[in-house]
Amino acid sequence: MGGIADLGGQEGWGAAAPPPADEPVFAEPWEGRAFALTAFTMGRISGRNLDAFRHSLDRLGPAAYFDDGYYGRWLNAAELMLTESGILAEGAVNARARRLRGEETEEPPAPEPSKPDYAPTAAGSLREVEDAPRFGVGDRVRAVAAAGPEFTRLPDYACGRTGTVEMVQPGHLLPDTHALFRGENPQHVYSVRFDSRELWGPEAEPFQLTIEMYDSYLEPAS
Amino acid sequence: MTTQYDPADLGTERLSPALRTEALEQLLTERGLVQTDVIDGFVAKYESDVGPLNGARVVARAWVDPEYKARLLKNGTEAIKEVAWGGGANGEHIVVVENTPTRHNVVVCTLCSCYPWPVLGLPPSWYKDPVYRARVVREPRTVLAEMGLELDDDVEIVVRDSSSEVRWLVLPERPAGTEGLSEEELVPLIGRDALVGVAKVAAP
Repeated sequence: MGGIADLGGQEGWGAAAPPPADEPVFAEPWEGRAFALTAFTMGRISGRNLDAFRHSLDRLGPAAYFDDGYYGRWLNAAELMLTESGILAEGAVNARARRLRGEETEEPPAPEPSKPDYAPTAAGSLREVEDAPRFGVGDRVRAVAAAGPEFTRLPDYACGRTGTVEMVQPGHLLPDTHALFRGENPQHVYSVRFDSRELWGPEAEPFQLTIEMYDSYLEPAS
Repeated sequence: MTTQYDPADLGTERLSPALRTEALEQLLTERGLVQTDVIDGFVAKYESDVGPLNGARVVARAWVDPEYKARLLKNGTEAIKEVAWGGGANGEHIVVVENTPTRHNVVVCTLCSCYPWPVLGLPPSWYKDPVYRARVVREPRTVLAEMGLELDDDVEIVVRDSSSEVRWLVLPERPAGTEGLSEEELVPLIGRDALVGVAKVAAP
């Protein structure tokens, strides 16, 4: 993984604070609209492909990812998906936004849709996998060390680390190919437990961590 | 991940997300791709119907009914449906883990903000904050203390990083002094933060 969204273990973000009581679901009305628009437009492209949406989030620049907050980042990723699939022209949202605030701005014509030729085999992400799981509870496993951005759900902090299978989870379609509309490739998924010192070195706080690993993210470890 | 896409960037300024959301809604409505009343209904559903009350009802049932608790810990997704709405987006497979006096689970999603929507609603601001996403997988005891939860040194912490479609729900400890309360009386004591593992449930 790596990239803008791979935050696990990053330093420099400052201190946490006690959770505020009675926080509204949406801090401002636009957040609710952006949430709903994103959820609906995702389904207009080619199935409700959550992985393609996450892949769009991963491709945002720092301002688009962080400065507009969580639902702002959804809005920006939704626009990326809508322009890539030819539903909206590039710049269409900004042109309309500027008109809304009174500017005389020309709007680009609607493009020819170029939606991916792709349909999911079923709703959701869980899939049956015919072959037996390669690993069982208690097996020692290592996450691949050189996991580039094509490993969309393998955070850098776990790469090359050795842990123990804690649970065998239901099979999932593989986000890495699904995100690109290149097939579901269902795989077994394992919750793998790591010791904090394996992840962060001998001085780390003592704790355990589990993370879900797709079969192709793992190799056997002795 | 070399792309640095920023649709709001005009070079001299960034357009506000509020204005851009309004623009996007207009464009999609004009094209017939969304309808205003459907959007209204969807927002209202997540503002009032889908929220942590569902998770609180599941936990209260587990506290008063040992057989239900056993089913919940064995197959969370199915047991949740006995008590509350289950399934759907971000709820395809929910695993429930129990916090005890010696073991404390806490949930995060470092790569985005995956969260068990059917039982907890949409995630709160702190869960989506880079501070939490970055640090709770590296120094959970320190982060929990900063959030107001001091754990004894002999309590084992287990962090759950939600990197697939598996979603985690914490079954918190039932607080001492609530033995006489009914299931209905327990529900309002159970707050969202305890169901993610950044707080404990307090007796009234």
